[in-house]
Amino acid sequence: MRLIERFFSVIGANTIDRVWRLGFAARFFLAMLSHSGETFRRPRLLLRELYASGVLSLIIILVSGLFVGLVLGLQGYDTLQRYGSSEALGILVALSLVRELGPVVAALLFASRAGSSMTAEVGLMKATEQLTAMDMMAVNPLARIMAPRFWGGVLSMPLLAALFTAAGIFGGWLIGVIFIGVDEGAFWAQMQANVSFRDDVFNGIIKSAVFGVAVSLIAVFEGFDAVPTAEGVSRAITRTVVTSALAILALDFVLTSFMFRGL
Amino acid sequence: MNRRVMDLWVGVFVVIGFAAVLFLALKVSNFSASSFATTYEITAKFDNIGGLKARGPVKSAGVVVGRVAEIRFDPQTYEANVVLKIDSQYQFPNDTFASILTSGLLGEQYIGLDAGGDERMIPAGGTIAKTQSAIVLEKLISQFLFNKASEGKKDAGAQ
Repeated sequence: MRLIERFFSVIGANTIDRVWRLGFAARFFLAMLSHSGETFRRPRLLLRELYASGVLSLIIILVSGLFVGLVLGLQGYDTLQRYGSSEALGILVALSLVRELGPVVAALLFASRAGSSMTAEVGLMKATEQLTAMDMMAVNPLARIMAPRFWGGVLSMPLLAALFTAAGIFGGWLIGVIFIGVDEGAFWAQMQANVSFRDDVFNGIIKSAVFGVAVSLIAVFEGFDAVPTAEGVSRAITRTVVTSALAILALDFVLTSFMFRGL
Repeated sequence: MNRRVMDLWVGVFVVIGFAAVLFLALKVSNFSASSFATTYEITAKFDNIGGLKARGPVKSAGVVVGRVAEIRFDPQTYEANVVLKIDSQYQFPNDTFASILTSGLLGEQYIGLDAGGDERMIPAGGTIAKTQSAIVLEKLISQFLFNKASEGKKDAGAQ
């Protein structure tokens, strides 16, 4: 009897804790937005974060995009040539990258590359009481530390997703046209005829922007909320990657069901 | 890190990021071709549209001249009303013939427009009167089998 009681009380406590954290995150988000003015008045702050989350993620994004495109080209060709429609390879590669793989995989990579380092940075600042020190010097850490990191992530995410997609399409072209020998004209013409800017490319960019907001918010919040010990920071980093991945995939499903209904 | 070097790298990042967006807009999708061109709408009624989809191409002499904007079912006549968005630089005579064709054996379906000889052109919002439905493979096969069967009967009757 005791055991059952204890079981339910643990579940209840966990649930209440989650809801509490969600509310705290929402409050944190609003506070950070209201302190974002300084980020844009002092572009130096933002530039540093664009470098940290954008430029430093470039290599992994471009290389992964290229390999995803190469694999899509090989697998797509293998399937399509069974139905005698290997010219449709361009559509397959472009649509799957523009609509889904580009934004989602780029966001997953971004979460593990840039999100984790954001959490580690903020978490360590908290653990070494730099945030408290700043507060004492009347420098608001939300405006000076959190908001620039958040906006750096939000701004670089759509660009990284576009680069991932472009690299992937280049990879598909490399395999399809150069190595296998699909007709180059058909590859690009079919792609252009069937990929719409408004419905496919623009929706992909919206998706990546939403993922950018989600991942950056989770990363900064987990760092801010970390238990200020070595173990706490490492746990916060793990939570950033796990929560971001789940948030990206769940948001992707929701956005896709709104965007591509009946197409 | 040196400030100037960092600025340079951020600049490079933003430039190639926008270059990628531009590549997606111009080379991968049809942004330049159809998003800005002015179009007018005409309606065509079909008994059966087969597998025609919204956004499918409208071709005349094999050249894409427009897109299928909307497909509706008319509950009064039990026909399909297909709204076509035609590029304004192309005009078609009143007796233009619209048919639903298939590109390749299993390819996508599109609307083919065969221009007639009428002097007057179809106005914006006008209707194409003469249409031919999509060929449904099952109907074609059953027709073929039916003909074969009746041929066989005729042969049997002659003997």
